[in-house]
Amino acid sequence: MTCDEAEVMLHALIDDELDAGHARDVEGHAAQCARCASQLAAYRDLRRSLQGGNLRFSAPESLRRSIDRAMPSAAMTSRRTLLKGFAAGSLLSAAAAASVALVIVREDRDKRILGEAISAHLRSLQADHLTDVLSTDQHTVKPWFNGRIDLAPPVVDLTGQGFTLVGGRLDFIDGKPVAAIVYRRRVHVINLFVAQGLGPALPSPRMETIQGFNVRRWSEQGLNLLAISDLNSEELEEFGTKFEQVSLTVRTG
Amino acid sequence: MAYEGGGDRGKAERFRSAALPYLDDVYTLARYLLRNTADAEDAAQECYLRAFRHFETFRGGPIKPWLLAILRNVCRAEYARRGAVAGILDNFDDAEEVADGLWNDAGQSPETETLQRLDSEAMQRMIAKLPNAFREAIVLREINDLSYREIADVTGVPVGTVMSRLARARAMLRAAWIAEEERS
Repeated sequence: MTCDEAEVMLHALIDDELDAGHARDVEGHAAQCARCASQLAAYRDLRRSLQGGNLRFSAPESLRRSIDRAMPSAAMTSRRTLLKGFAAGSLLSAAAAASVALVIVREDRDKRILGEAISAHLRSLQADHLTDVLSTDQHTVKPWFNGRIDLAPPVVDLTGQGFTLVGGRLDFIDGKPVAAIVYRRRVHVINLFVAQGLGPALPSPRMETIQGFNVRRWSEQGLNLLAISDLNSEELEEFGTKFEQVSLTVRTG
Repeated sequence: MAYEGGGDRGKAERFRSAALPYLDDVYTLARYLLRNTADAEDAAQECYLRAFRHFETFRGGPIKPWLLAILRNVCRAEYARRGAVAGILDNFDDAEEVADGLWNDAGQSPETETLQRLDSEAMQRMIAKLPNAFREAIVLREINDLSYREIADVTGVPVGTVMSRLARARAMLRAAWIAEEERS
């Protein structure tokens, strides 16, 4: 792949529009070519900044009302009772169909989220972009996220438990900015991704192994947390449990 | 008459529940395309009227791109009107030429440092300054969250063109961003 090709393709890579083969081609080229690698990093950064930028406008309520009023309203009653039975029937089946579709979409989405979390983890290890803020101090890392993402991720000190806080960065999963908090045990990096709506709310923690990585997911305070590492599952479980304990103590004082 | 009324009502309900949830998307695109609050409201209203009138022709699939395509046509008409008033050509399709004069250094390789945080208004201003074809591509992608295929359908150009417009738009935005940082 030439630089000219890569220059356009890297946008498709960022936008998740490439199949696995082409994605590998572009990533392979970037790995060899400092200029394209820096472009890739620069545009990822731009995209992240735009996504975090709150650039949507809300339609004024008056506009919503006047559009609503311009359409025939449901207040007309002539054939209503007659149609009611049919309408209820079709509504019901539509709801049933929607719930089936919802489950399929959710499962798809769940797989995608896990896949993207693994990609984000790999990227953080390869691209020399593990952290945007480099600090072992939770009181530096936590405020760094202020204004960068619309949630306050729990950042706790686990040094006493054998996990060193390395820093934090903004990453990108499922089209949304997520907080990534980075810990280390020995040589193993743990990326802890925190976001709202990153997969379903989980009543109890879930541990999975995907592509050789261990992933532990749990929910607290309406946030989804996803820890991923090449650490063995026992130690990652230990990380998750300790994190939950300390985070709870911090919250409840 | 009563029968027709019943059909209309059913259609209206189906349309409401399918289309109204995307009003913010439609209005947002209108704001970026027309760069003016009052015109954007008019365009969004017109879009929903047209969409309702032609709801029978909607053949399923995601409704958001369909609505945005209608909105875009409404905006094009508004552009044509403005152009006629001002005596200038400011439509969606000449943007490639317009762009070359204005953004000569946009293609330079961007520096690698992380962009500083800008407030939403500064970002909106920068997007508003992009030439039409690039502005709509970047808004449809980054803000309306459409896929390349959907953007191609909405704007009536091949996917390859969407890709190159996005590449160009991002290069311009990044250059403008860095210029803004240096100013402040």
